[in-house]
Amino acid sequence: MPFQQKIFAISISIVLFIIIVDLVRRRKLREEYSWIWLLTGVLVILLATWYDLLKVITETIGAVLPTTTLFLFSLIFLMVINLYYATKISSLHGQVKDLAQDMAILRTEIQRRPEKAREG
Amino acid sequence: MQSSKEIVIIIPAYNEENNIPPLIKEIQNKVSGAGILVIDDGSMDRTARVAEKAGALVIRLPFNMGYGAALQTGFKYALLRRYRYVVQMDADGQHDPDSIKDLLDEVKKEDVDVVIGSRFLGGNSVYRASGVRRIGMSLFRKITSVIIGQPVTDPTSGFQALNRDAIRFYASRYYPADYPDADVMIMLHRAGLRIREIPVRMYPRKQGQSMHSGLKPVYYIFKMFLSMFVTLLRKDKFDRRVIKKGEESHAIPTKNIRD
Repeated sequence: MPFQQKIFAISISIVLFIIIVDLVRRRKLREEYSWIWLLTGVLVILLATWYDLLKVITETIGAVLPTTTLFLFSLIFLMVINLYYATKISSLHGQVKDLAQDMAILRTEIQRRPEKAREG
Repeated sequence: MQSSKEIVIIIPAYNEENNIPPLIKEIQNKVSGAGILVIDDGSMDRTARVAEKAGALVIRLPFNMGYGAALQTGFKYALLRRYRYVVQMDADGQHDPDSIKDLLDEVKKEDVDVVIGSRFLGGNSVYRASGVRRIGMSLFRKITSVIIGQPVTDPTSGFQALNRDAIRFYASRYYPADYPDADVMIMLHRAGLRIREIPVRMYPRKQGQSMHSGLKPVYYIFKMFLSMFVTLLRKDKFDRRVIKKGEESHAIPTKNIRD
């Protein structure tokens, strides 16, 4: 890998790293979501600095160019994280539904309270 | 607490301000001693207000959540208030209030958990579905009949009477939030609940737009296949939940809040 590429990849991942840590610090990103991004940053640094590893992986998966390996893995990563978010959204959807239903029921109950008191 | 009433009629309504008042009046005339609960599914018109004026109890959802979620709110309420029987019906005037009594009589026999009003049994209905939806309906009807081992003529019917076991199941998290259909029949069967169909009268829609228009039928068929398939895959989860009496969804405030 040319020196230029190396510098570029490393600086990108360092910037990414700093942004993630800062987002967690400012409580814009919850800790439980940040680890996967931090892991990505570490992997990019690892692959950028340790060129032999990239070559080994490239040969193992049968790709011709190391670039292909990088693109392939970044695509897989994006797909996995999308799937993860889809499951998160599904469970949030269910939770919001339950909350809204219970909230609506409780609101009706509270509104009926004065009536009941007058009757009783 | 209110214990005298043991029957509640649950009507999910979305933008039905024209259909709701006459429906409530008719139910009040024809079915005495039943509570009427309208779930306003985030309507943009005055559905909630006119329903309240007509004498129904109204639960207003904070935003539009879909037919199934609205209906389920009613089941949760019925569970909370310890109603013995629930009748669910649509607000759009398709379901004839005359048939409520038939459904209730059947569920009160206590040898069945879910009584479904079928528009195709008995042949006195003026109902016609169109195009893709009709093909889908007859397909799912056949599949459902085979899977649950008893003839099913109208699995899409939203006109049903339930007892407590069925209410508890419908209030659980297995009930689909968008549009309950033949997949629910399979779930019920898997959960060990007994289903029976009786003939009811249904009309074509009076006013407003149907839930099934545009591209929806295509999505509906796809979703039904997926839903039925995964329902078959996850068999045993339901049995445990429903057969154990007294076990209720974590989402339901199980105690009467006024006690």
